[in-house]
Order: sequence, then C-alpha cells, then structure tokens
Amino acid sequence: MRERLRGVSKLEPLDGVFGAWRRLPHGLRAALPAIVVIALAATYPYYVSSLPTDVPVILAFPDVGACVTIIIFVMMAVGLNIVVGYAGLLDLGYVAFYAIGAYTAGWLASGQFQQVHFHFGSVGIGKEQNGIHISIWLVLLCAGLLTAVGGIIIGLPTLRLRGDYLAIVTLGFGEIIPQFVRNADSIKGFDLTHGTFGISPIDSPGFGEHLNKAVGLPVNYQSSFDRERFFFWTALALLLLAVFCSLRLRESRLGRAWIAIREDETAAGAMGIPLMRTKTWAYAIGAFFGGMAGAYIASFNSGAFPSQFQFNISVFLLCMVILGGMGSLWGVVVGGTILAWLNVEGLANIGSWVNAHTPLNVEVAKYQFGIYGIIIVLMMLFRPVGLIPERRRKREIEEGAGASDRDKSVYAVLEAEDPREK
Amino acid sequence: MLGGVFVALLIAWLIVNLVKTPSDFFTVMLIGITTGSVYALIALGYTLVYGILQLINFAHGDVFALCGLFASTIVLSLLGLNENTSAIGIAGGLLLTLLIVVAFGLLVNTSIEFIAYRRLRNAPRLAVLITAVGMSFIVQNVSLAVFDVNFRSLPPLISESNVFKVGSVTYQWNQFFAVLVTIPVLLLLSWLVKSTKQGKGMRAVSQDPDAAAIMGVNVNRTISFTFALAGGLAGVAGLLYLIEFNIRYDTGFELGLIAFTAAVLGGIGNLTGAVLGALIIGLIQAFNEGLGWAAPGSDWTRSIVFGLLIAILVFRPEGLLGERTPEGA
Repeated sequence: MRERLRGVSKLEPLDGVFGAWRRLPHGLRAALPAIVVIALAATYPYYVSSLPTDVPVILAFPDVGACVTIIIFVMMAVGLNIVVGYAGLLDLGYVAFYAIGAYTAGWLASGQFQQVHFHFGSVGIGKEQNGIHISIWLVLLCAGLLTAVGGIIIGLPTLRLRGDYLAIVTLGFGEIIPQFVRNADSIKGFDLTHGTFGISPIDSPGFGEHLNKAVGLPVNYQSSFDRERFFFWTALALLLLAVFCSLRLRESRLGRAWIAIREDETAAGAMGIPLMRTKTWAYAIGAFFGGMAGAYIASFNSGAFPSQFQFNISVFLLCMVILGGMGSLWGVVVGGTILAWLNVEGLANIGSWVNAHTPLNVEVAKYQFGIYGIIIVLMMLFRPVGLIPERRRKREIEEGAGASDRDKSVYAVLEAEDPREK
Repeated sequence: MLGGVFVALLIAWLIVNLVKTPSDFFTVMLIGITTGSVYALIALGYTLVYGILQLINFAHGDVFALCGLFASTIVLSLLGLNENTSAIGIAGGLLLTLLIVVAFGLLVNTSIEFIAYRRLRNAPRLAVLITAVGMSFIVQNVSLAVFDVNFRSLPPLISESNVFKVGSVTYQWNQFFAVLVTIPVLLLLSWLVKSTKQGKGMRAVSQDPDAAAIMGVNVNRTISFTFALAGGLAGVAGLLYLIEFNIRYDTGFELGLIAFTAAVLGGIGNLTGAVLGALIIGLIQAFNEGLGWAAPGSDWTRSIVFGLLIAILVFRPEGLLGERTPEGA
C-alpha cells in the first residue's frame, strides 16, 4: 500500500533509472539487491585473481580459502543472532556449540576410533582404513542435530534464569566444553578427543565416483584440483541456508514469539506464549547452525583442535552481531563479514599498511581482541542498534511507538534519546 | 535434594582423604585458605559493584591483573627490591607498593565507570553487561600492550620460615602473609560500609537509587566511590597474588571468573557471603589439586569451578547467604 502510494506521488522522480526501478514488481525489487550480492559472491573465485593487490589501507582482497573461514564465521553469527538478536538471550558461550560441531565431525569422519571399522557413504577414503567414516553431508546434519540437543541440555536448566545470570551460565559452559575436549584423552584409558593434539585429519566432502563421471562434480574436495573453490561454494550454500531459515523463522509463529519474549518476557508469558519451550527452541536452532558451521570448518581445516575454542571466539561472534545490529539479519551478515575478514587477514593487512605509511610501528593483529572490545563499547555507547538496524525496531522508533520495557530492549537507549518524547 | 546428595558425597570424599593422609589434608587446607583470601578480595569487588548497579563487572578481573603487573614494575624496577634487601626495606617497600597499587586500582576502576558505565545508567542491563565484556577486553589489551605476554613474578621477598609446624604440617610466613593482609583490609571495608556516611549512602543506593537520590544521596558519587573501593581491593589482591604466584595479562580473566563464582556462591551483593564463598572456592581448588585420593587434578579445576557456578545458579541462585532475588524466581 505504502509502496503504491509512493509510486504515484508527483514528488517522486518518475523518469530515468528511478522510474524503471519503481516499475519493477515489488517482489523483484525487494529481492534484487540480494540476488546481485549472491551473484557477486558466487562468482568471486573467478574474478578474485584479477582484483588489484595494492589497494590502499586493506592492501588485498581475501583469497578463496580465507573466504571459506569468513563465510563460516558469518554463518555462526547468523546462528547466534537467533539466540541473542531474536530471542534476546545473551549467550556468552556460543563457542561451545562450535566445539561440539567440530568434534562431532572429528568423531564421525576420521580415523579417531581405530578400534572400529565403519564406512557409510564416505568418499575418497580407502575402504581398508579403520575408524568411522560417514559422508560429510550426513555428518553436517548429525553435527547440527547433536549440537541442537546439546543446546537443549544446556538450555533446560538455565533458561529460567534471566539476563545476566543466563549470560554467566552460558559462559560457564563455554569454558567447560573446551577444557573437557582438552582433557578427555584418557577417560578410563579411552581416548575420546586426543587431548591437546586434537583430531586430525578429518575427511572432506565430495560427491563420489558416480556423480563425478556423470556431471563432473569432484569425487573428494581435498584431492580435487579446485579444492578451495568447492569448499567456498559449499560454504556459501550453507550460509544461504542459514540466512533463509533465519528469514523464514523470523516471520513464523515461533519467530514472533521470540521477539515478543525479547520485548517483554512477562507480557509475552501473560499472552500465552510458552516461555521455556520458545526459548529452548531459540537455543536449539541457534546451536544447530553453530554445530553445522563447526563441523564444516573442521572438515575444511581437516582437524578439530581444543585451542580453537577460546572464550574470545564467543565474544568475537557476539561482536559481529552487535556491530551489525542485534536481530537485523542483513546487519549481522554485513557486520559479520567485516569482522571475520578483519580477523582472518584484514587487521594484519591494515597493520602493515599503517606501519608502512606512518612512523607508527604496532602489531595490530596482537591487539585484535582489544580492538573488538573497543568496537563493542563504542557501539553500545553511541549506536546500540548496530550498523543496519532491524527495520521493525527502526519503524517503531520513527513512529514513536513501541514503548518497551527498558530492562529488556537494548534499543531503549535510542528511544530515550528520541527528541519527540521530550 | 540433588544438592544435598552432592554435598554429602563431597564431605565423604574429604573424610576419606583426611583419614588416608591427614598431613597432606591439612597442608592443602592451609594453601586453600591462602588462595581463598586473595579470591575474597577480588570477589568483594564483584559483589560491591553488583550490589549497587546489578552489573557483573567483567572488567574487574582484568583490573586486578593490571594492578598485579603494575605492582611488579614498582617492586622490581622502581624500588629494586630483592631477597637481599633488609627486612625493614622490604616491609617499607611493600607497604609503599601497596599504597601506590591501591591508588592505581582505584583510579583505573573509577575511570572505567566514568567512561563507559555512567553513560549507560538508564540503558537496559544487557547493554551495560555487553559493555563490561568489551571493557574487559580493552583492559586486558592495555596490560598486554604495556607489560607484554610474559609471566611476571617476584623473588622470595617474604621469609619462608614456618609460622608453625605440627607434625609434618607446616605453614610458612609467605603463605600466611596473604591472610595477614586480607584480614585488616576486610575489617576496614566492613567499617567503611557499615559505619561511615558514604557507606550508608552505598547501602541506600543499592536498595533504591531513586529514593536515595530524593533523600539527598549523590548517586553518581556513591557509585564512583563503590568502584573506587572495588578497584582498591583489586589493587591489594593484585599485589598479594603477585607475591604468591605469577601473573600475566590474561590471568585476570580466569581468576575473575573464579572470584565471581565465589561471589555468587556466597550470595551476590552480600559482603560476608563473598568472603565465605571465596574461602570455599579456594579450599575446593586446593583440595582438588592437592589431595591424593580420587581427586580430578588441576586439569579439571576450571570445569569444577564453573560446574559449581552453574549448579548454584540453577539450584540456589540466591547463594549461601543471599536473599531470594527476582533473578532466582
């Protein structure tokens, strides 16, 4: 309705590009930016080599391998956004889900358990090799489901706590699980996680001989000539899956229930939303994507090591969500991409550019978590809604509506500064 | 019910160890009291701030580590104390260091409050909590930038002769020193909070900031005062920890969480509770790492402490001495 009104308004420039743009069907107009971004991302491996490598400040664009890590971290941020952004539950231990996912891949697709011999749909692994080797596609699903179960187990006893207590409990789990995997190398003599050495190598995905002969898809990514490209496209597909699920979930009954709980838990409960069940679902679904991403990155790195699962990673993921805007999916994708890129190589590049062009000499990468800390504090002080705020919240603020419980909504800061209230 | 069974098992485990190796048991217990008293100082910082702002000040542990590192610089570089310095020199030097470090901790902590938390006074609690996590990383990186990644420790300044020796159980002066410093600090704190005007203001603000403001309490100044107290305690703890153990830029994070657990165990917001909780955590840690029979060992300390934290929050969120809060409902 609003769109149509704006279309016929005389004040709008009806000529040229704007006119053509406005005449597009509404659905296409909404989807076009996303389609362009996806197309640019999907073809990235083809044009990355022709991009300049002497860009000021950032020096170079990330290569395809670095992009895989970036995309998977963004996927985790999208998962965390379901918990923190949609349902408003501060989770400071998301790294636990990452760890569970990675180790599931380690258990189900490697030679970790030499005493057994089990193959199911594995590709590129000699039939004579011991250990459990299940097809990575199935392992991704298993990792997601197992992590979701982990999320429910963590969630059930703790979700009745509110706010900061919940944060500290999740932090506790986030600290226990990495220590568990580090120490669980001889539980009554049984080597579950191979201690500090981690589980390596882990099988990689692939399509097997038949599909290779029929349509030319690689038998096994690891041995493929285009290893990084295939990992890249698969990661992109996984991220799109997570984004798609997030989008659909937000509009669903469950998603609206999450937002209601985030806005005002007491009121939501009074309106008949089952609080515990709804929050547990947020945990389980958020954990599902974390687990899947963890399993995939373990397969990409061909290993799961306990040193990967520090508290820092939880805060790093939280920083992605905050930078983009809690609850705003596109914000999280953009904020996550920026930060993940900074983490993978951006900071190092910027650091060397700064050192080359100024008399300063700082190891920027050494202080990366301090930089994330500064980002978090600055965002909270000056722009708590994030770079790209959730449209719903912005509209509420514009209309002066949505007076919500200050104790629950992070955005209340902005509302308090709304000049029309004064 | 489940909690009762757990406590019973714990006590049974302690008794078995006591019967098997009594001298180990008591030696380990004394170590636990020493670490517990350092934890108490940090836990009090958490509890004071939580009591007044309902904020888990994540940065507190890192302020503690920064103080410890700062103390190492004063003792080693500025004063140049070592094991050959005369007793009076060491005593005077440590006292001077203590005063400087307390002033330093006080300054750092009030600055953090002034820069970050004060602007968010009317913001939702979650926003302040996230800011605290960010501040924690910033302070940690300041430590990293100034003091680099290496562990810092002091030469044995305090005599290792025995305070007492019963059978094979010994207690050395350098261990007792932490307890010796902690007790007067706790008494001073208790006097400050219970008997001074500023302390009364603190208690009033923690009960109801609006009502306190109406009654003429300067709320912002009271909150700054609380942060100053917490920072001073972190300074004392930093020096004591440095004397007993070694310290690095990221020591504060984990120790802070342990101390926070202690504060929650005792009942957050409750000063006596924080000290009790810290002693219990110190003892649990020492027993876990030192006892011979069926102890999981130091690899598992962190898991045990956090497991305990989760168990308390789930089964008894008000802690041992605290009152039931809406959080626990």
